[in-house]
Amino acid sequence: MDVTTVEQAQIAEEAGAVSVMVLDKLPSEVRKAGGVARTASIRIIEDIMDSVTIPVMAKCRIGHVHEALVLQETDVDMIDESEVLTPADESHHIWKWDFTTPVVNGARSLAEALRRIEEGASMIRTKGEPGTGNVAEAVTHIKKLNDELRIIKGIYDSGDNQDLVRIARDFKVSYDIVEQTAKLGRLPVVNFAAGGIATPADAAYLMSLGCDGIFVGSGIFNADDAKQRAKAIVLATTFWNESDKVKEAQKMIDERQSMLGLDVKTLELRMQDRGGSA
Amino acid sequence: MSLNVGILSIQGDVQENLLSTKSAIDELGLDVKVSEVKTPNEISQLDGLIIPGGESTTIGQLSLVNGSLKILKEKIENGMPVLGICAGMIMLSKTADDRVIGKTDQPLLDILDIKLERNSFGRQKESFEADVSMDLIGIPKFNGVFIRAPSVSDVGSGVEILSKFNERIVAVKKGNVIGTAFHPELTVDTSLHKYFVNLVNSSKK
Repeated sequence: MDVTTVEQAQIAEEAGAVSVMVLDKLPSEVRKAGGVARTASIRIIEDIMDSVTIPVMAKCRIGHVHEALVLQETDVDMIDESEVLTPADESHHIWKWDFTTPVVNGARSLAEALRRIEEGASMIRTKGEPGTGNVAEAVTHIKKLNDELRIIKGIYDSGDNQDLVRIARDFKVSYDIVEQTAKLGRLPVVNFAAGGIATPADAAYLMSLGCDGIFVGSGIFNADDAKQRAKAIVLATTFWNESDKVKEAQKMIDERQSMLGLDVKTLELRMQDRGGSA
Repeated sequence: MSLNVGILSIQGDVQENLLSTKSAIDELGLDVKVSEVKTPNEISQLDGLIIPGGESTTIGQLSLVNGSLKILKEKIENGMPVLGICAGMIMLSKTADDRVIGKTDQPLLDILDIKLERNSFGRQKESFEADVSMDLIGIPKFNGVFIRAPSVSDVGSGVEILSKFNERIVAVKKGNVIGTAFHPELTVDTSLHKYFVNLVNSSKK
């Protein structure tokens, strides 16, 4: 769960979140504020690390090697090289193999995901469209990824290595990682959904599409019923395949208190496009 | 009738344990089934359980909410063999304090009379691998994978110390209950999973 204060981090932990992500502003506020969005204050990150037992993550700008180094030095448990912040390098991501702290990256397609994994990402999340409270883009991204995984698995099973070489070239990644992924039939790292999740039903839906977990950004602490909603989203994520439990979770929240969503078609800033071609 | 081993699948590295247990069963050639379990009904049908690594606050909170915690405690107290790994060992313990935060009031099973320190070896970056031995259960050398691992600071009567690393207790056993701070499912060595499957098998004879 995205958090900006110690209090929010404690609410997340009590709700059963597996980790918190520290930001200076929630993605929706980043969107409103404009300007340059950077990594959070180290003091706040440290305060949060000293007040919860679950892993603490923090975001750095795409390509900003030294923000990442600062976070590693701070001892955060994971770094998110994130499109929510303003990219520091439009054409390169961080070479993550140089880090001992694991790094997560966003992706909209299998090609993007595999490029990030080859750079050393140990976890992938869909980009979705952060700070919108609109789950549509995350759904599109995970479905695209799943479709592409099915295609390469089919090619692998058919034994057509030449076609896998073609895909590797098309994706701008090595043959080895394409082959490994095709053989597994899934990404070789964990894959979470992110970007626009605002309700328990959103979380359950994305879990049903084969995600290993959920990142909730603005959806919780931008809502007026944050405490209840945090619990409800954790419940729906865990028991996504039991519809009575998802209903119970959905009943814990009040739609009139959900964050006001944004239509993704009319956005001035599409965060998901950041770093996408690299 | 074949025996049922469950992997508690509330949260954590469920798949890895599923695979390790399957390999262990195949190598032993025993008539044992392994499946993911989450609901009280699924848990009630088990002959043995593995609580995998993950976040103990999450596993505790959610197994409390869906009623699994109660039936888990009943079954384990009635002799069902259980292997608790990392967060799973935390779940089995009586008290779990965090190295930095101190006292926590997270839901626990309160089965093993051990005092436990969470995140005992440091944060993610300080995770490591090291050889450990569990001579008492016939495993002289084992590759221990420690990830934000806990350690046991004190054991009550009847709790056997299976393994120590750097003077800290990292594996314990009492009767059919085993806890490890390290992750056997993240190595290719299936000897601990095999030991556990054998334990389940012999407990039913």
